Amino acid sequence: MARIIVVTSGKGGVGKTTTSAAIAMGLAKKGHKTAVIDFDVGLRNLDLIMGCERRVVYDFVNVINGEATLNQALIRDKNCNLLYILPASQTRDKDALSQEGVGRILDELKKDFKYIVCDSPAGIEKGAHLAMYFADDAFVVTNPEVSSVRDSDRMLGILASKSYRAEQNLEPIKEYLLLTRYSPERVKLGEMLSVEDVQDILSLHLLGVIPESKSVLNASNSGTPVILDEVSDAGQAYGDIVARYLGENRPHRFIDDKKGFFRKFFGSKQ
Amino acid sequence: MSLLDYFKSSKVSSASLAKERLQILVAHERSSLNQPSYLPQLQKELLEVIQKYVNVGQDAISVSFEQDENQETLELNITLPELITKKP
Repeated sequence: MARIIVVTSGKGGVGKTTTSAAIAMGLAKKGHKTAVIDFDVGLRNLDLIMGCERRVVYDFVNVINGEATLNQALIRDKNCNLLYILPASQTRDKDALSQEGVGRILDELKKDFKYIVCDSPAGIEKGAHLAMYFADDAFVVTNPEVSSVRDSDRMLGILASKSYRAEQNLEPIKEYLLLTRYSPERVKLGEMLSVEDVQDILSLHLLGVIPESKSVLNASNSGTPVILDEVSDAGQAYGDIVARYLGENRPHRFIDDKKGFFRKFFGSKQ
Repeated sequence: MSLLDYFKSSKVSSASLAKERLQILVAHERSSLNQPSYLPQLQKELLEVIQKYVNVGQDAISVSFEQDENQETLELNITLPELITKKP
């Protein structure tokens, strides 16, 4: 049975698209046929992060309107032949996505794919609503920062009340916390909310922590999902998250400050 | 803990401040999110009725709504002035 995952946050710039690209690639690399859909109509960016921006011919809205078939619009990833990207439309029409249309396309994708990853736009407008409406699982991407945590909490309220599962009284959406841009050094100095702090507030199951990492910008510069950078901390952290989601038991990493004795003793501003 | 941390620990860390602020805010927002949408209107109309009989101010009435697993409670709190004076 196919599963629909929404990557959501409420707040912008916390790493939804980076996360969508990474976990979609991770799931596909594990042998599961995966589609990743950009719901950010008018501000398409997943194609850039996945490095397929020059291969976009048709988009999500074209498929909904019957101007192209799903097979025409889906772009096969250059690194993994089990991964397909459905780009967002660049139209300025706010009503380009309809609930009926999105539902129809997701039903069609479910026949052929194991996982469908929905990259939500920021905010709580239509695109964000439709990205999460049909979801089975929600990855709530949060930065250890007050506005991001607050917005995540708002999104949790919306997931619990405005989704298909909620409206039909089905089993609720499974919600997972992904804490991104985490800096153990700053947590230790009392300058940043810790994993425990964020979990205390949101009461969510922690799927993983992504450390603040230079490799994320490097990956987006080159249009390669960061999970493929297997030597980087962020790449490994996303690898752990995909494995945990698929049921593997992996201990959490990148939470503790791993500085040497000398720097620990005398303190460091780094 | 490093030597520097020892001297720093006297002042409240910004992270604990953030946590405290968030806990208060999130609790408040969650409770107001679950409130029925008619609550502000109900409060306004109740106040108008009470003001017909009792000389009370705008903030004399508070309406709160609580929900647990099997019941919903609507709590109405009216603070009367010390000397109750009926309007003629």
